[in-house]
Amino acid sequence: MAIRKMICITCPRGCHLEVDDETLQVRGNTCPKGEEYGRNEVTDPRRVLTSTVRIEGAAHCRLPVKTAAPIPKPLLLKAMDALAEVTVKAPVRVGEVVIRDLLGTGVDLVATKEM
Amino acid sequence: MTEYHDLIVIGGGPAGLAAACAAWEKGVKDILIIERDKELGGILNQCIHNGFGLTYFKEELTGPEYAGRFIKMLFDTGVKVRTDTMVLSITENKEVHAVNNFDGYMVLRAKAIVLTMGCRERTRGAIGIPGDRPAGVLTAGAAQRYMNIEGYMVGKRVVILGSGDIGLIMARRMTLEGAKVLACVELMPYSNGLNRNIVQCLNDFDIPLYLAHTITDIVGKHGRVEKVVVSAVDENRRPVPGTEMEFDCDTVLLSVGLIPENELSRNAGIEIDRRTSGPVVFENMETSIPGVFAAGNVVHVHDLVDFVTGESQRAGRAAADYIAGSSAAGGADLELANGEHVNYTVPQKIRLAGVDKAAGVFFRVNKVMAAGTVRVMSGGVQIAAFKRQHMAPGEMEQIQLPRALLEKAQGTVTISVEEANA
Amino acid sequence: MVDVTIIGCGVIGAATAYELAHYDLRTVVVERENDVSTGTTKANSAIIHAGYDPEPGTLMARLNVEGNRRTKEIAARLDVPCKEIGSLVLAFDEADVKTVEELYRRGVANGVPGVRVLSAQEVQALEPNLSKEVKAALLAPSAAIISPWEMCLALAETAVKNGVELRLNSPVTAIEKIEGGYRVTAGDSVIETRTIVNAAGVHADQINDLAAPHAFTTRPSRGEYYLMDKSQGALVDHVIFQCPNKDGKGVLVSPTVHGNLIVGPNAEDVADGDDVAVTAAGLDFVREKAAKSVPGINYRDSIRNFSGVRAVTDQPDFVICESPAAKGFINLGGIKSPGLSSAPAIAAEAVKLLAGAGVELKEKASFDDSRSRVRFKELSSKEKTALVEKDPAYGRVICRCETITEGEIVDALHSVIPPVSIDGVKRRCNPGMGRCQGGFCGPRVQEIIARELGISQQEVLQDKAGSRIIFGQTKQKGGAAQ
Repeated sequence: MAIRKMICITCPRGCHLEVDDETLQVRGNTCPKGEEYGRNEVTDPRRVLTSTVRIEGAAHCRLPVKTAAPIPKPLLLKAMDALAEVTVKAPVRVGEVVIRDLLGTGVDLVATKEM
Repeated sequence: MTEYHDLIVIGGGPAGLAAACAAWEKGVKDILIIERDKELGGILNQCIHNGFGLTYFKEELTGPEYAGRFIKMLFDTGVKVRTDTMVLSITENKEVHAVNNFDGYMVLRAKAIVLTMGCRERTRGAIGIPGDRPAGVLTAGAAQRYMNIEGYMVGKRVVILGSGDIGLIMARRMTLEGAKVLACVELMPYSNGLNRNIVQCLNDFDIPLYLAHTITDIVGKHGRVEKVVVSAVDENRRPVPGTEMEFDCDTVLLSVGLIPENELSRNAGIEIDRRTSGPVVFENMETSIPGVFAAGNVVHVHDLVDFVTGESQRAGRAAADYIAGSSAAGGADLELANGEHVNYTVPQKIRLAGVDKAAGVFFRVNKVMAAGTVRVMSGGVQIAAFKRQHMAPGEMEQIQLPRALLEKAQGTVTISVEEANA
Repeated sequence: MVDVTIIGCGVIGAATAYELAHYDLRTVVVERENDVSTGTTKANSAIIHAGYDPEPGTLMARLNVEGNRRTKEIAARLDVPCKEIGSLVLAFDEADVKTVEELYRRGVANGVPGVRVLSAQEVQALEPNLSKEVKAALLAPSAAIISPWEMCLALAETAVKNGVELRLNSPVTAIEKIEGGYRVTAGDSVIETRTIVNAAGVHADQINDLAAPHAFTTRPSRGEYYLMDKSQGALVDHVIFQCPNKDGKGVLVSPTVHGNLIVGPNAEDVADGDDVAVTAAGLDFVREKAAKSVPGINYRDSIRNFSGVRAVTDQPDFVICESPAAKGFINLGGIKSPGLSSAPAIAAEAVKLLAGAGVELKEKASFDDSRSRVRFKELSSKEKTALVEKDPAYGRVICRCETITEGEIVDALHSVIPPVSIDGVKRRCNPGMGRCQGGFCGPRVQEIIARELGISQQEVLQDKAGSRIIFGQTKQKGGAAQ
C-alpha cells in the first residue's frame, strides 16, 4: 500500500490530495469532484485535450477544439496525430462534432468557436 | 463629423463585452464597442485551453467558448460594434478619436466611457535579459497567437522563462504540437502559475521547473537563438556563479508578467496607480474623470476571467447610473491604503453613497503565506478581519466590506495581512 | 568599369554615395547585409555632437563641427527626424569644472557656435531633474538628436534615386589590382572599378588589408544602452553628458527624436566587431553611472536593451586618406564618435580624395535632392481624415504603440530600397519600436511583407540572414518539429 500525493486539477483551487492506491481512499479534497479526480488519477488518469484543427473558408486557418470529456492521458499525443489529419470547412458552430468517438474513446472532439 | 453615443466601451474583450451587456440591461440603449482586432473576444480567442468560467458559468469552458457566450449575449442586445478600429485618443470631455479603413477618421462623443483595453506582456527589454539579440525570443502570448490563431510553429526546442499561467499553458501546447520544451525557468522561489497548470502542463510531460533560476545569457550569432544559459539565483535574485546550465534551443518564450495598457488613460489625464499601473478607481470603477469608468485587466491584472466579468459588469452598471444621473459623485469618503504584505487594492477609493450592501475589495499579497489574517483598520481601530488559508502573490484575494462597517471608518482604511505563527 | 565602388552602406558609405550621386559617375555601393544601416549606424547614441570634444587641429574637430551643420541641412531636406536640443556636460567636482572649462576652450577653438559654461543654478533652471550635485556645466546649443538609421536610409535612397547602384547581400571577399583600378569580389558580384571607398566600419581594417598593406587595426569597443518608454522621454530636455574620460564621452542620458529616453553607453573592448550582445555587468554599469546625472530614471519602463560597436582603431584620429600603397583606394576608417555627426563632412572629404586620385567630378544637370514620407501620427485631425479618404490603408493602424498604419508600411515596402525583414520595415516607418516591441504588430507586419513582396509568411525574416521567425505550420503528424 502506498499513499500518492497529488494536486487536484479539477479547478483553479488546486487542493493537495493524498490517495491510497489500494483502497482508493482520497483525502485532502474539498469537493466530490476532487475525490473522483484522485481516484481516477491512480486508476485511469485522464485529461481534456484542447487544440486546433485546420479550417477552410474562415477568417483564420485554425479552429479551436476540445474533447467533450477527458480522454486517457497516454492517448494525448496519438490524438494530436488524429487531429492533424482533419480539415473542416466553415461555417462551424460551437459544440459541433469534429471527430466522433476520438480513437475509440467514446469521446467526441468538438469545436469551441463559431467560425 | 461628430457622432454621439450614450456609452462608448473601448475594447471588445471579456471586460468590454460584460460592461456593455450590463449597461444595456440597466437601460442604456445607445452603446458602441470599439475593438481594434477583427473580431470580438480579445485575448480569449487565442486562449484555446480550458479552465474558464468555473465561477461565473459553473462549468469549465475554453477561452473561445467563454468569449462566445458573451458575444452571443451581446448580439441579442442592440449594442453597436466597430471592429478593426483603433482609438487614437480620448479626452477629458469624453471625446473619442478613432480611425479605421472604412469609416476613416472619427470623432465620437459619449456621455460615459468604459475603458476595457486589457493588458500587454512584459518583453525582454523590460527585464533586461543579457546576451545576443537573435530572432526566437518572444512573449508567450505572441507565440500563442501564432500557434492557435495563425497555425504557425514558432520553434522546435524551447526554454520558457517565467512560470506564469500563459508560459505553463504554452509549454503544454508546444509539446503537443511536437516541440521539445526543455525547461521552465522561474526567478522566484515559487511559481506565479496555478498549481493545476504546473501539474497538467509541466508534470504531465516531464518538463522540469527550475525555481529560483533565471536566464543569464542568450546565444545566437547567426540570426536565431542557439543556446541559453540558466543560473540559480540567490535570495536577492542575483545569479550565483558556478550554477550555470546550458540548453541548446532555438526559442525562448517569456512569461514574465503583464502590464495594464493605459496609454489612452494616461494621455486623457486619468490618475494612474503606480502599483497596479492602472487607473485609480472608486468602488463603482469610476476613474478620476467623472463618467469615465475602467474594468478588467486595464485596472489590474486578474488571474481569472470570471472576476474580470464581475468587475466589468459593475463598471457597466455604474456607467448606466451615471448616464441616468443617479450615481454617486464627488470626492472619496474613504481612501484605501496598503498595509503590511499588501501590494495594492482595487478600488483605491470609496464613496459611501456608491456602496449598496458591501464594497468588494481585490488585493494581492507580496509573499507566500501558509495562513494569515486580513485586517482592515481605520483610525487605529480594526473594523474587520478575515482569516485566510494559503495566500500568494500569484493569487488575487477578495474581501467584502459591509457598508455598516465602512460607515464606522474615517479617512484612510488600511488593509494589511498578518502572517499566522510568523 | 565603374568609377567608384563604396564598400559598406552604413551612414558613412551612404553619405559618400549621396555626395557622389551629384556627379556624372558610375558609382556602386556593396553592402554585406540584406539592408543598409545594420552595423554601428543603427546602434549608437543617436547624437549629432556639437564638436567641443576633439582636440583642436584634428580631423575629428574640423569634420564634427562641419558635419553638425551639414547634417541638419540634409535632415531638413530629406525628411529625417533631427532636433537641435543642445547638450550639457555636467561637472560634479573641481576636477570636472576644470575639464568643462577645457572643453569650453576647445569648443571655441573648434568653432562650435554658442558654447558657454553654466553655473549650478543655471543648470538646475534648465534641467530640474538633474542631480543636485551638479556644480557647473558646458552648454553647447548646436548639439542635436537624430534618427541615425533614417539618416542613413535617406542618404542611400537619395543616392539610388539619382543613379547610384546598391548591391545588398554582397560581402567583399577579394580585391585584386588590375590595370587602371581594382576587381572587387562581393557576394555574387565581380566589379571592376577605378577607385574604392572603404566605409566598412568595424571591418574597415580587414577591407584595407585586401587591397593594401596593413594600415590600421580596429579595436572594437562595444557600448550598451537602455531605451526607455516614452513615459520617461521628457525627463530631460538636453543631451546630458558627464565629463569625458579615456573610454569616450561617458554615459549620457538623452531624449530621442522618437520621444523615448536613451541611457548609455559603457565601453568594453570586444574581440569580434559583430558582437552586439548585452551583458548584466554592462547594463549595471550604465544604470549606476546614469544615476549620477539623472537619479530619477525608472528602469521598470525600459523597453529595450541593445549594444553597438564603435570602430575604434589604434590611431587617435579618424583614418581618412588614400592608401599610400594603393592608388585610388580611399580609407574611411576608424570612424568612431563623432562619426555619425561628421558623416556628411567625411563624405565631402572622400570626394576630395577621389578627385585627387583622378576621378573627374562633373556635376549632373539635375539632382533630385528631396525625400518625404507619411507620418500618420504627426498629422492633424484634418490631414488624417483627408489621407484616409484618399487611401483607406492609412486608416488601419498596425502598430498600436507607435500608431503606424498599414499605408505607411506598404509605402516602406515599395520605397527606393525595399526592406525584406520586420526590422527593415521598423527602420523605415517604426512599427514595433514602442513599448510592446512588436509583440502585437510583428505578425501583422510579417503578413504585409509577405503579401507585398509575394513571398510566404515563413520566409519573412526578423532582421539579418538566418533570423527566421516561424518553423512551418502546426498540425503536422508526429508534431511539426519532427
